[in-house]
Amino acid sequence: MTPRALTKGNIALAEGAIQAGCLYYFGYPITPQNDIPEYLARNLPKRGGIFIPAESEIASINMVMGAAASGKRAMTSSSGPGISLMQEAMSYMAGSDIPCVVVNIMRVGPGLGGIEPTQGDYNQAVHGGGHGDYKNIVLAPASVQEMFDLTIKAFELADKYRNPAMVVADAMIGQFQEPCRLTPAEPILIPEKPWALTGRQGRKPQLLKSLYLAPGEQEAHNLRMKAKYDEIQEHEVMLETRELDDAEIMIVAFGTPSRVAKSALTQAREMGIRAGLLRPITLFPFPEKEIREYSSKIRKVLVVEMNTGQMVRDVRINSHPEAEISFYGRPGGGIPYPDDIIREIKKALKKS
Amino acid sequence: MNRIFKRPDSLTDANTHFCPGCTHGIAHRLIAEVMDELGITDNTIGIPGVGCCVFLYTYFPIDVLEAPHGRAPACATGMKRAQPDKIVFVYQGDGDLAAIGTSEVIHAANRGENITIFFINNSVYGMTGGQMAPTTLLGQQTTTSPYGRDFQSEGYPIRMAELLATLEGVAYSTRVALHSPKHVNQARKAVRKAFEMQMNGMGFSMVEMLSTCNTNWRVSPLEALKTIENEMIPYYPLGVFKERTGKDFL
Repeated sequence: MTPRALTKGNIALAEGAIQAGCLYYFGYPITPQNDIPEYLARNLPKRGGIFIPAESEIASINMVMGAAASGKRAMTSSSGPGISLMQEAMSYMAGSDIPCVVVNIMRVGPGLGGIEPTQGDYNQAVHGGGHGDYKNIVLAPASVQEMFDLTIKAFELADKYRNPAMVVADAMIGQFQEPCRLTPAEPILIPEKPWALTGRQGRKPQLLKSLYLAPGEQEAHNLRMKAKYDEIQEHEVMLETRELDDAEIMIVAFGTPSRVAKSALTQAREMGIRAGLLRPITLFPFPEKEIREYSSKIRKVLVVEMNTGQMVRDVRINSHPEAEISFYGRPGGGIPYPDDIIREIKKALKKS
Repeated sequence: MNRIFKRPDSLTDANTHFCPGCTHGIAHRLIAEVMDELGITDNTIGIPGVGCCVFLYTYFPIDVLEAPHGRAPACATGMKRAQPDKIVFVYQGDGDLAAIGTSEVIHAANRGENITIFFINNSVYGMTGGQMAPTTLLGQQTTTSPYGRDFQSEGYPIRMAELLATLEGVAYSTRVALHSPKHVNQARKAVRKAFEMQMNGMGFSMVEMLSTCNTNWRVSPLEALKTIENEMIPYYPLGVFKERTGKDFL
């Protein structure tokens, strides 16, 4: 097994994409994700791939659509403002059953905002930033190793369900360095894509589209997509739990706040407070069943996010009706500290 | 009996949704005839824009990707880079190419993407009911320029074939018209030349076709043909604005 090497989050993600067999990358610069296109510009040509510095995020994602419709693994990456520009094509791809991977290294917003880390794009990613009735598959790494592993997983899920998959990480996860093993945990298998547009030679003409005008056609299409999302919800939930068995309070956090929560949890345990953690790794599918089950046993739930409260709504919807849900958020580039989380735990448990 | 005219194999026998008098159907037939001639139908992928052009997949028995409005040149870029051995063509109207998609077409052209674009210029947004487009002629009345297009407010009609011809990446940029048999024959040659440019790896090729939209122009089909001759061509001159003869870009 290859040794672990100190690696930056964005680089681990970019290398993960290449190892996943993604040879087509199209992108436009925006901080804090520029390491990704820069790494791929250097490395894709050497490894038989194509890198195009596109004229806009709109062009980037539509180039991804063209390459993905050809049956190739293709990707783009950006941050808040650029991701907003991509929503149109992501909706088209969802509606046309075209798989792709879109990476959002989240910077603070709204608007131009700033370049500090945030989780302000949770709703955009999870509840569909584009028009129409669709969902993205959304993976949320919390370490450099997961930037590598979950990017590979994103390609796998996108292909399996023929749907856009997003990797969303805050700027901190993208920018910091940690030891990381840049070897896939499992062999990479790229499925056959008989639906790809490769010219009709030897078969009937094929079509990838999202336009359904005849009465009932669109409804049938949307219901078919719903069945697909139900299947994803049923089979693809990923989460991490820590010390929940005897917990009197459950912290729910993803990405950077989940890392801080782990420190807070250790400190809380030393203080005699039985805190535990549930970390969603997939944001869609959201760990609905697990939230419901744990919150029926652990009636105090503290959600910690780097925004003013987005995932907390999904936690609330899925929790036991009698569970008390509290929230602590740092928006606009602020990062929660372990002491903050301990204070909030005590508040929730009404301990001084 | 010697058959002298038939439906091209690269066209289906579906009834078109085009209005009587519209020349989209002629453009479709020319492209299909040339695909037959060049023997490329099995290896060609079409990418229509949004609007009257979107039903390309109903009329061409080929693989088709439906692109978002204006984005077809970017989709074609990704597709051609992923499959350089295939023929990729884009079919866009003027609302698609000359308005919402100007950025995508200019940069695809400027990169010299080895794709072919057929650009139907009928000076209005057809499918949505005849609104003003950047290509609408000065003084032309549309549903959103009810008093006639005024340059002081809406600027001037945009000449895309000339504009794209200024870009180094462009191998072929021409404007043709579809209003008379003579012009249709010329258009056919341009379609063939554009496909050949792509087949020879010369880079970006575009054929702008002046086309009728008699329904939205509120004129008869016959008058619409005269409108092309008397009003469109004087502002949108026909001709070849760029034609690469060798791979001089190397």
